[in-house]
Amino acid sequence: MGADLVAVLPEALLFLGGMVTLVGGSFTPRARQRRMGIVAAAATVAGLVASLVAWEGDTRAVFSGTFTVDTSTGATRVIVTVSLLLILLIASGEVRDHPRESETYSLLLFGGAGALLLAGSTDLAVLVVAFLLSSIPLYGLVGIIARPESPEAALKTYLCGALFGILLMLGAVLLYGLAGRAGYSSLAAELTDAPSAAVAAGGVLVLMGLLFKAGGVPGHFWVPDATQGASVSAAAFLTTIPKIGAIVAITRLVAVLPGDLRWATVLGVLAVASMTIGNLAALAQDDVRRLLGWSTVSQVGYLLAAAAVTRISDQGQPALLFFLAGYALTNLAAFAVAAAAPDRRSLEDWAGFASTRPGLSAALVVALLGLVGTPPTAVFIGKLTTMGATWGAGLAWLAVAIALNSVVSLFYYLRWLRAALRPAAQLEEGSSTGGRGAPTAALVAAFATVAMGLTAGPVWLILA
Amino acid sequence: MNVLSVLVFLPLVAAAVLLVPRISAAGARGVFVVVTAAELALAGLVWARYQTPAAGELAAEEQTRWIPGVGSSYHVGVDGLSLPLVLMTTLVFLACAVHAVREQRRPRLQAALFLFLEAVCLGLFVSADLILFFVFFDLSIVGMYFSISGWGHENAARSAVKFFLYTFLGSLALLVGFVGLYVASDPHTFDMVELTAHPPLQGHGVAGGLVLAAVLLGLAVKTPTFPFHTWLPPAHSDAPAIGSAVLAGVMLKMGTYGFVRIAMPMLPDAWRAWAWVVIAVGIVSVLWGALVGFAQTDLKRMIAYTSVNHMGYVVLAVGAAGVLADGADQARQVAVTGAVTQMVSHGLLTAALFLLAGSMFERTETYDLDGYGGLAGTAPRYATLFTVAAFGSLGLPALSGFIAEFQIFAGSIATVPVTAVAVLGILITAALFLRALQRVFTGPTAGLSVGFTDVTPREWVPVALLLAVSVFIGVLPRTLLDVIEPGAAVLADLVGR
Repeated sequence: MGADLVAVLPEALLFLGGMVTLVGGSFTPRARQRRMGIVAAAATVAGLVASLVAWEGDTRAVFSGTFTVDTSTGATRVIVTVSLLLILLIASGEVRDHPRESETYSLLLFGGAGALLLAGSTDLAVLVVAFLLSSIPLYGLVGIIARPESPEAALKTYLCGALFGILLMLGAVLLYGLAGRAGYSSLAAELTDAPSAAVAAGGVLVLMGLLFKAGGVPGHFWVPDATQGASVSAAAFLTTIPKIGAIVAITRLVAVLPGDLRWATVLGVLAVASMTIGNLAALAQDDVRRLLGWSTVSQVGYLLAAAAVTRISDQGQPALLFFLAGYALTNLAAFAVAAAAPDRRSLEDWAGFASTRPGLSAALVVALLGLVGTPPTAVFIGKLTTMGATWGAGLAWLAVAIALNSVVSLFYYLRWLRAALRPAAQLEEGSSTGGRGAPTAALVAAFATVAMGLTAGPVWLILA
Repeated sequence: MNVLSVLVFLPLVAAAVLLVPRISAAGARGVFVVVTAAELALAGLVWARYQTPAAGELAAEEQTRWIPGVGSSYHVGVDGLSLPLVLMTTLVFLACAVHAVREQRRPRLQAALFLFLEAVCLGLFVSADLILFFVFFDLSIVGMYFSISGWGHENAARSAVKFFLYTFLGSLALLVGFVGLYVASDPHTFDMVELTAHPPLQGHGVAGGLVLAAVLLGLAVKTPTFPFHTWLPPAHSDAPAIGSAVLAGVMLKMGTYGFVRIAMPMLPDAWRAWAWVVIAVGIVSVLWGALVGFAQTDLKRMIAYTSVNHMGYVVLAVGAAGVLADGADQARQVAVTGAVTQMVSHGLLTAALFLLAGSMFERTETYDLDGYGGLAGTAPRYATLFTVAAFGSLGLPALSGFIAEFQIFAGSIATVPVTAVAVLGILITAALFLRALQRVFTGPTAGLSVGFTDVTPREWVPVALLLAVSVFIGVLPRTLLDVIEPGAAVLADLVGR
């Protein structure tokens, strides 16, 4: 048991950090709440260090096989903790001196712990718990920094979450009933003899729930509203962290369902639906946060394409993990730029951005072109290897769909870029900047996505 | 570090240094000229040390691990098909740097951007790995986008976006093709030397055709050939002078270079099967570019359409090289040699023409051909340079264009007689240049020609440099052809296998 606890140290550290931040915050005077941010960051750094120390190639099942520590878990831990640090940096400016400052930090940490639990769980019951642990902080985060749109966004997220949570539990119960076991290791063996229609129904229901977390079609309705209505740091969180946990959880789930190719095709179809619907909807958006919200729906599509072939291609697993890391960095860079210019909401507001904030504009260029998949950024390598893996696994149509969708996505990312490069109509008045945290996060993340693309080789070897 | 790597990374480092805001405008311009001159010297060094490599090998080769997991490495090298383009690229960029020494709009950033572009262009021509090639291919689009949108005029923002969308779309098709090649190769690799040695889709008719279609689409947009050329005229007419010179002089070659470096040797039987389509596209591009160019009254648009025409000759030649006729091996080789020569020649001449067009715009803010008259009287140096460049472009003997077009037609007509139709294109191009010269330079001084000051040294020196090289090639073609021919022979063999 002691060894098991050590094995989940990163998750435990995040959870503990969340508790300390929450309790400590209520004993801290309002003007000094920032120190809770430092506590949260320290806990996250500790989590990151623990993840790196615990990194090992050997797969290890702990807590009677309900949680698995392997390369996927290790990579997810590093991605999530690094992302959390960036999000805390973004949040530090945005929620500073807000009455809910320390609560925000603790919710971010709880959500991160939930996502990690989701990614590592190899038991239906733990999956359900992880779903709840990662969902409930989400509902809070969307509404905690109140704006006019926040209550609606929070309610929508909550209702969607409740519905898809029920579907997930229904599916889990169904699979449990068919197999008589909840652990994934025994599911694989037991389900081969079960009626395939019932297995398919159970699998699809659990998948639905996870797709809500991932923000992919058909569980995507809440994403654009939540990104628009929530604070930018919350939006950055909900489009990054839960997705990572959910996508990894999806790969673990389909690995134990019988019929590799069939599930690959199902995921492939869902991937195409996500990327296409996300892209088409993003085309018409005028609010950059809403645009980014839809953009993440389409990005989930590409990630799902990689997830589809983790079972049937050697390249699938490293491609997915690489893509997840690249996506997290690039997406956070884009949100950090948005957080650094909180007054610029619609595309027109971005005129003159390039001349007044050249450094941040460079970060925006890297982020948006990165999301398109322009080399040498990390997402390019992610997309390239995903295309290679899907094509190699016999799903060439999926590779072509990724390329076609990248073309469509170009149109709206470029709209934003074009708006930012336009000269301003009149001289800018001193607009609020959202503190120094967000610009720093933007520059760091943008630099990291290029660096990761250029050093793709070593990174790949670690993930493979 | 390999000399080719220095060639690629030196301008990149210089560009990064220039991003430091405290560097003065004059300092930035100086760095721009000095670095591009050093690049020319380096390329000259590579040329001087160049020994024709054995078939299937590259000279000045360097290979280091990059992404071993997906069979991609940092692999560079040159041969007879790429080395002339490398030298031409450094020449064009030096000319641009000299032309830009009086740039008033954000010279520091412009110098950084163009040095970045130079690195990218050179990187593409020395790449021996498909992913490396694609990285440079895509970055060139990004760089040119900022050049047009940041330093262009009139509808610059709109043209820049159109350029970006169009060529980026093409690049994604190209990427699909590359992934197809990768998936079909065994063991999986993106290495161009490997893929050339063991073409992966031989005998897979449909799959090979589809992969070739994706590659061709990507290259056709970049080249550009009819019907994918519509992004070119607006991009040119709204781009700054040195942007146009780089775009037409260097970046259009990325498309045609892709034909000879990737499409032909890596998909030989698919190429042979589709050669007739390529030939047809080439012929249409030649005629369409010439005819539409003939109808233009805007100088830059006219030059842009002649680019469609000139690139059409290249497409025609590489198409003809895919048709195996009895005893035509020599002819196919001549056609490829002509195609590569044309890439070099067009780079020099079009860059010169666009720089001259830029000088015109600086004085009068218009490219309208009808607004001038008798310009030879007020600006004789300008008129001389323009006339030489125009004659070179229409294929007058003693200039590089003649050498190129002569070989293209000698090789193509011998293999595929019907390509003789495209000779009409030369006639129309000659007519359009002569008419333009007549409208602008001859007759009594009128309209905008009044008070048109003649070109200053920083304007005529770079153009004269480009034209001098064109004349050199025209008079002593063997210097260039000796380098190209062995590479062309290897390529003709590869397509024939």
